[in-house]
Amino acid sequence: MNESVPVNTSDNIRARHPMAEAFEMFMGNYAAVAALIVLILIILAAIFGPMLYPTDPFEMVWAPFSPPGAEGFLLGTDYLGRDMLAGLLTGARVSLAIGLAAAFMSVFIGITIGALAGFYRGWIEEILMRITEFFQVLPTLLFSMVIVALFGASLPIITFAIGIVSWTAVARITRSEFMRIRELEYVTASRSTGASNAKLIFSVILPNALPPIIVQAALMVGSAILFEAGLSFLGLSDPNVVSWGQIIGSNRQYILDASFTVTIPGVAIFVTVLAISLVGDGLNDALNPRLRRR
Amino acid sequence: MSNDDILRVKDLRVRFPLKRTGFGKRDYLYAVDGVSFNLKRGETLAIVGESGSGKTTTALTIARLQKAFSGSVQLGDIDLLALKGAELRDMRNRMQFIFQDPYSSLNPRLRAEDIVREPLDNQNRMPAEQRDARVEELFSAVGLRPEQRRLFPHQFSGGQRQRIGIARALATNPDLIICDEPVSALDVAVQAQILNLLRRLQTDLGLTYLFISHDLGVVQHMCDHVAVMYKGKIVEYADRLTLFNHPQHDYTKALLAAVPSVASALRQG
Repeated sequence: MNESVPVNTSDNIRARHPMAEAFEMFMGNYAAVAALIVLILIILAAIFGPMLYPTDPFEMVWAPFSPPGAEGFLLGTDYLGRDMLAGLLTGARVSLAIGLAAAFMSVFIGITIGALAGFYRGWIEEILMRITEFFQVLPTLLFSMVIVALFGASLPIITFAIGIVSWTAVARITRSEFMRIRELEYVTASRSTGASNAKLIFSVILPNALPPIIVQAALMVGSAILFEAGLSFLGLSDPNVVSWGQIIGSNRQYILDASFTVTIPGVAIFVTVLAISLVGDGLNDALNPRLRRR
Repeated sequence: MSNDDILRVKDLRVRFPLKRTGFGKRDYLYAVDGVSFNLKRGETLAIVGESGSGKTTTALTIARLQKAFSGSVQLGDIDLLALKGAELRDMRNRMQFIFQDPYSSLNPRLRAEDIVREPLDNQNRMPAEQRDARVEELFSAVGLRPEQRRLFPHQFSGGQRQRIGIARALATNPDLIICDEPVSALDVAVQAQILNLLRRLQTDLGLTYLFISHDLGVVQHMCDHVAVMYKGKIVEYADRLTLFNHPQHDYTKALLAAVPSVASALRQG
């Protein structure tokens, strides 16, 4: 990928978008592509699984603790005799949905605060960064536990509780990118042709600041899934909804008698978060020009 | 002061805060310290000086990209330093900037045609359907081929990128173009091409340039008048021939003694 290809001779040069180059880089990273395939399979399982396997995950279908494979229950049953496979498929929806929604929320808050702080500097930056630091030093798990305990364990509250404690990293990355890019000449050039501040923020600086934010957002989906699992494990989950963490949490007392009841959802979380991290890593290599091979 | 002066700068000062020296007190560095000059329509004034002499700061301040501390800048009959907000953005179609570094002055995510089109879009005066034709016209004016319109900046060489920068500066038919060291990031042969292009455009379109440079060889080729800046002040102001043949100030003599030879390359270009 030579950055400065001389183009003055040939007439049939393709107008390649920088993103097209990044896509090619990503496709060359086999670990990331494999992880992406795994991730797509997990997402498909979450979307179509409960339709193809319509057992109610709350219904007691067989004797408790029957091991995987017994009596036609592929992943066995849990301590109440509920079908583990049904729980896993339905739980995938919740875990992924909370992960995505919480990551989306923290990216939204983080970009807004980071962009304003990095663009305007001065007292606006001081205030916004002190707020960010306040959220950074809060013990995250404790803070979200307090929110869930206060406002009730429903999905929107849990999502909010995860999102509100994890946006600081995005805010700091966005701010540092904005601080760097706002000093570049093409931003000055845009300003000198009469671009408004809103245009500079949204259509000049933000697109150029996005790559590291995208990477961080991808990783955040993984950590939000873990966070939700942690909360559910502690019993702070919506009792009417199955999620992977909640399956682990409710079976944790029987870990020695029937370890598969915690291992299976645990592996599901592990594989999903690992796949997301690898995809995020692949995105990082593809979008970060400093690491590109030349 | 005649009426065809397009730019009048009077006693311009720009300062930057240094470290605090006590409670509520600050030291200031006067990067531009009382600079005054006039520039006639259709002429080129060069501001030369070593790095740190305040020439680029002067240019940025005139373009309202840097805050002035005191003084006045008039473009035609507009007081530039008094403009704010929408008025300021409106004025920007009358004055454009060509940047030093063609690698960082073009947004890497925009196609060449969108970069050249940006001033038209920002100013929003020309009807949208005429803008494409204008971009095409500008591309041929600066010697770029129409099929290069859809390319991205990284697919161009340094000289071609600077041509895009020039096309962007021309887009709104500005009264004044400020060139901040437009060729110092280019190699000598390409410098000559770009300087010749700037001169040709000046004759064809009657442009007025404020030309910032540290390179007297380049200045000799481009300018009608020269202002030599040193430590934030203009130490010598003269027309080109007088300055090069009879330099008055010691600093000017020192600068002239250090001229590298770009002249031979220019003759070939």
